[in-house]
Amino acid sequence: MSQQTIEVHPMPLTTPQESRVAEMSALDGEFNFAYLDERTKRMIRRALLKAVAIPGYQVPFGSREMPLPYGWGTGGIQVTASVIGPNDVLKVIDQGSDDTVNAVNIRRFFERTTAVRTTTATLEATLIQTRHRIPETPLQEGQVLIYQVPVPEPMQRLEPREAETRMLHGLAEYGLMHVKLYEDIARYGHIATTYDYPVLVNDRYIMSPSPIPKFDNPKMHMNPALQLFGAGREKRIYAVPPYTKVESLGFEDHPFEVQRWDAACALCGAEDSFLDEIVTDDAGGRMHVCSDSHYCETRQQAQAAISSPVEAP
Amino acid sequence: MSAPLLQVRDVSKRFGDQLALHSTSFDLWPGEILAVVGESGSGKTTLLNLIAARLRSDSGSVHFDTRDQGLQDVFKMTQAEQRLLARTDWGFVHQHAADGLRMDVSAGANVGERLMGLGERHYGRLRAAATHWLQRVEIDPSRIDDAPRNFSGGMRQRLQIARNLVTKPRLVFMDEPTSGLDVSVQARLLDLLRQLTRQMQLAAVIVTHDLAVARLLSQRMMVMQKGVVVEAGLTDQVLDDPQHAYTQLLVSSVLQP
Ligand SMILES: [Zn+2]
Repeated sequence: MSQQTIEVHPMPLTTPQESRVAEMSALDGEFNFAYLDERTKRMIRRALLKAVAIPGYQVPFGSREMPLPYGWGTGGIQVTASVIGPNDVLKVIDQGSDDTVNAVNIRRFFERTTAVRTTTATLEATLIQTRHRIPETPLQEGQVLIYQVPVPEPMQRLEPREAETRMLHGLAEYGLMHVKLYEDIARYGHIATTYDYPVLVNDRYIMSPSPIPKFDNPKMHMNPALQLFGAGREKRIYAVPPYTKVESLGFEDHPFEVQRWDAACALCGAEDSFLDEIVTDDAGGRMHVCSDSHYCETRQQAQAAISSPVEAP
Repeated sequence: MSAPLLQVRDVSKRFGDQLALHSTSFDLWPGEILAVVGESGSGKTTLLNLIAARLRSDSGSVHFDTRDQGLQDVFKMTQAEQRLLARTDWGFVHQHAADGLRMDVSAGANVGERLMGLGERHYGRLRAAATHWLQRVEIDPSRIDDAPRNFSGGMRQRLQIARNLVTKPRLVFMDEPTSGLDVSVQARLLDLLRQLTRQMQLAAVIVTHDLAVARLLSQRMMVMQKGVVVEAGLTDQVLDDPQHAYTQLLVSSVLQP
């Protein structure tokens, strides 16, 4: 997918917020707050309300064409566009980072279409749109975490017929999900699924958590924040309301386990965060660093503050 | 035997203008094997699908002697109840293994799926059950991690049987389970079926065009022609002394599938 397709509103980022929206209107003609028209937002909000009322249940919705190709998080963007208000503070992360092209473009899209304040600080944000991670900093009540979902149906690979999977959800016939985990153990000796690890929500619906690492699965359980999931291409919305039970599937003799590393973060020393392994030189040197860039930077700054205290004024 | 396991009363089916199955009734007793014999288009497969609740009947009832609640009208059950029954106390062996197996999932998981669906969450026990059932159907347990896509036709049918029997059902429906197999493979499968149904005191309704299958497996048989049961009785009696002209024709000729 071309990166250029998402550069729909080329504009300097330095423009002051207030004038930015006006400028956009002038450039692009009439457009609504957060891009979507109010009717579409209401339709998506109705789907969201239903999703919140039935935790883990996939609600179909009339996904709109967005000025970004599928795969760039159009489902998450539509959800964000439907819930965002002028007083919200938005954070956008991709693989834990605020700085990837995907994150930057989505953040810029909402800066231009809503003029809301954006942030990289997890606790400052009221809305966090994410691809592939849950922030390390625990979320709080009142925050909303919005996931971009490529494949909402957890049974799709084993049962491609949509009518059939819908019936299996309806009747809570979930033997198939354990077939998938059984096959992992038979083949690899352990449950090899590390991303998009299926969960049972509120003791009722099996749900795909989107391709977050299974490391993040326990964070979904009883989380004080509202978790919303949007799949644009598949036209599905689902939700985990605050303080909802989210259980990762497993076997008694092969229980769910999160990834562990022998290493600590080479930059901040964290031993409790999800680490990416990066190659540091041509000789094949490697190091582990936090995938959550804001978490890592905050820890580094705190350590710097301790080791070199600010001089008295 | 105190009560029938299955009581079929006045089931029938119309497809558009065509009456595929006229009003049909019969009883099946615990451990009894009933063969339903007829040519293609005789209504035998329609009858099987009706009584197995895989197809909606236009009339009548099917009562099954459930473990928990005694005789229950299967047609009046919810879809969830029907499906639970179908994967616990019933089995269904399809003519084409691909309709009854997950072809790209290992043999062990194929056998274990019903147990997982009923809440078994212990991998070791699932392995043990799969190993046991592969042996019971004469599949080398070393094939436990192979997918049936790589199995021979006869092995696929035996795996399908194991997948059904793992919950120890009391009634199994079979739709032409041996057709399409080589004669020697057929004979081995029939021997296995006879042995398993006896050991497990399994009742079965077997739809077949093959009188030899009926002779070898069933105690009773029904002969169908154009959606009507034209003759029914003990298998040996029907085959040795057919009363209806159509049955006489079948017995004297080779029945085409
Ligand atoms: Zn770090």
